[in-house]
Amino acid sequence: MFGEYSLGDLGSIFAMQGFAGLILFSVYLLMALGLAIIFGQMGVINMAHGEFMILGAYVTWLTAEFFTSHLPALFSIYFFVAMALAFCAAGALGMLVEWALIRRLYKRPLDTLLATWGLSLILQQVYRSVFGPREVGVTLPDWMMGSLPITDVIEVQINGLFVMGLTVIITIAVFLMIFHSRFGQQIRAVVQNRQMAGAVGIDTEKVDRLTFGLGCGIAGVAGSAFTMIGSTGPTAGQLYIVDTFLIVVFGGAASLFGTIASAFTISQTQSTLEFFLSGSMAKVITLLTVVAILMLRPQGLFTLKVRR
Amino acid sequence: MASQDDRPQSELRRRLLMGMAAAPLAGFLPKAAFAQTPPTSAVNTTGLAVTDTEVTVGILHSVTGTMAISETGSVQAEKLAIEQINASGGVLGRKIKFIQEDGASDWPTFAEKAKKLLVNDKCAAVMGCWTSASRKAVLPVFEQYNGMLYYPTFYEGLEQSKNVIYTGQEATQQIIAGLDWVVKEKGAKTFYLLGSDYIWPRTSNKIARKHIENFLKGTKVVGEEYFPLGHTQFNSVINKIKLTKPDVIYAIIVGGSNVAFYKQLKAAGIDMSKQTLVTISVTEDEIDGIGGDNIAGAYACMKYFQSLDNPNNKEFVAAFKKMWGDKTVIGDVTQAAYLGPWLWKLTVEKAGSFDVDKVAAASAGIEFNKAPEGYVKIHDNHHLWSKTRVGLAQKDGQFKVVYESPDLIEPNPFPKGYQ
Repeated sequence: MFGEYSLGDLGSIFAMQGFAGLILFSVYLLMALGLAIIFGQMGVINMAHGEFMILGAYVTWLTAEFFTSHLPALFSIYFFVAMALAFCAAGALGMLVEWALIRRLYKRPLDTLLATWGLSLILQQVYRSVFGPREVGVTLPDWMMGSLPITDVIEVQINGLFVMGLTVIITIAVFLMIFHSRFGQQIRAVVQNRQMAGAVGIDTEKVDRLTFGLGCGIAGVAGSAFTMIGSTGPTAGQLYIVDTFLIVVFGGAASLFGTIASAFTISQTQSTLEFFLSGSMAKVITLLTVVAILMLRPQGLFTLKVRR
Repeated sequence: MASQDDRPQSELRRRLLMGMAAAPLAGFLPKAAFAQTPPTSAVNTTGLAVTDTEVTVGILHSVTGTMAISETGSVQAEKLAIEQINASGGVLGRKIKFIQEDGASDWPTFAEKAKKLLVNDKCAAVMGCWTSASRKAVLPVFEQYNGMLYYPTFYEGLEQSKNVIYTGQEATQQIIAGLDWVVKEKGAKTFYLLGSDYIWPRTSNKIARKHIENFLKGTKVVGEEYFPLGHTQFNSVINKIKLTKPDVIYAIIVGGSNVAFYKQLKAAGIDMSKQTLVTISVTEDEIDGIGGDNIAGAYACMKYFQSLDNPNNKEFVAAFKKMWGDKTVIGDVTQAAYLGPWLWKLTVEKAGSFDVDKVAAASAGIEFNKAPEGYVKIHDNHHLWSKTRVGLAQKDGQFKVVYESPDLIEPNPFPKGYQ
């Protein structure tokens, strides 16, 4: 299929295709990080993850509207404010949900699936009633639009770069927190042995609540970032949930490294296949590959202990 | 489940309240009004919900679930049309009362609610459905219980029923005129076809491909691709588009994917002033979510745009905004939904009866001069004769009409040579 193109053309297309794969990787990782913390560290199957993302997206939209009408001079930096607010809003809702719902279901993991699925339906209808059934358009500051031309053919998308940078920062922050902070130590302690952690004086309920809130907060930031590339509507969260679970499960439920490896593998497969085949076929083959690998390694790519 | 059990009760309560509100009014009506009204026994021989003062129709759309985004506009338009018809004296002297049911974006629910509207409520007609899947789900119900459905969406064709009036365009009406225009006007030679992966985009692209390959001269398709519904990553296909450099990107992408597609297209630096993008799936409704900045410069091909400059449309847009707020926009399907109640009223008056068989038989040849899109007429095959227009998307979310087919285009749901 490449016979008719010059070598230079091909080179730049492969460069762009590689970049497209990296963007997809960042998007997948950003989607999955919040869930990896909640599902991986806490063993809670949060079907409402997508709705937490969309909460972040709506907060971004509201912030954009506020800046447009009240602080037009600062519009170019509103996005950073929006992301911080999205983190707080989704995190706060997450902690509320943990307190009201999830903590009663820790010993019944399958029931959390049903409960959070119900929660996702409720949130969807709340968004629909509050913001209307139609999608809202989030206006971006001008500097975040368009692309940087590197050569005639190669163009690097600015919002892609932005998502990549954000993903790197959040991933590093999560790692530092989990592996190098006192709070992270407590999370890991609770994951490994709840009774023992409680016995040495860790407030396990508080750790649970904060962990859940953290996961939801990251989902909120992801949702905020995705207003650049996707839609913001009551049911838009459903677009992400399947891919997100796929990545977390494929990576090995309890491993953050696994999540990264899995996001990388799936995104590269998807983006390469999509280039050679059509979008639907690429998805089919990606899913088949994942199923085949999970049949061979039911525990996922990387394994760690699960909460007992 | 609880909410479903509640529904008949609240429905009944609403009806009782309406009855109580209407009762004192009835006393004030001048006797003459009754004299002109034909007796119920004459206009309703099949036991429909028709009284001396009222006739019941159904509205069946999704107001919850994924499709609520699209179907809300249709519900609004149908309610507006019903209100206007009632204000101008109703149908055969009877006011239209509507019962609204929610299909909840779920096709079996559509079928169940359709049955309820026809069997329990005895609706004389139903305005409803949006997706082809929901129409396919209710079609057997309408045929079995002999109901009348007014279906508003542009769709893939390949269907015709005595019990359905299709007020949107079928695929050939929407597609062929647009392709002819882009070849003539833009000198387009190569086309890249894109779509969401289900029946409407696939059938439409098939018609487009046949037309490009067999009916136009010197044109070819350089790529054709489909994406799962809800797909949000289009960078790979955008790279392919950059590689193949087609003159025209022909996109039939729907739902949330639409927003992702246009945002990424813009971010990737595809310049719509150099490469023509033609879509048949983006109306003013969708632009709300996509953002005018992201799609400005693209061409949409359909029969109605909110910006159409004619007296009917100005009146319609003003009335719509008065009823539903200044910020609402009106897309192609919303306008088609508005035609439903009016066409039904005209047909009933021509037939002199609410009976479904008589209405179905009288439908062909019904003309409606006050349509916002201009004059329309029902064809023997129950689709509408309509013009096709090409609109250029503007930053403010409206379309500028750049082309209008000179004549009404004949609906042809089973096109020869395109299957």
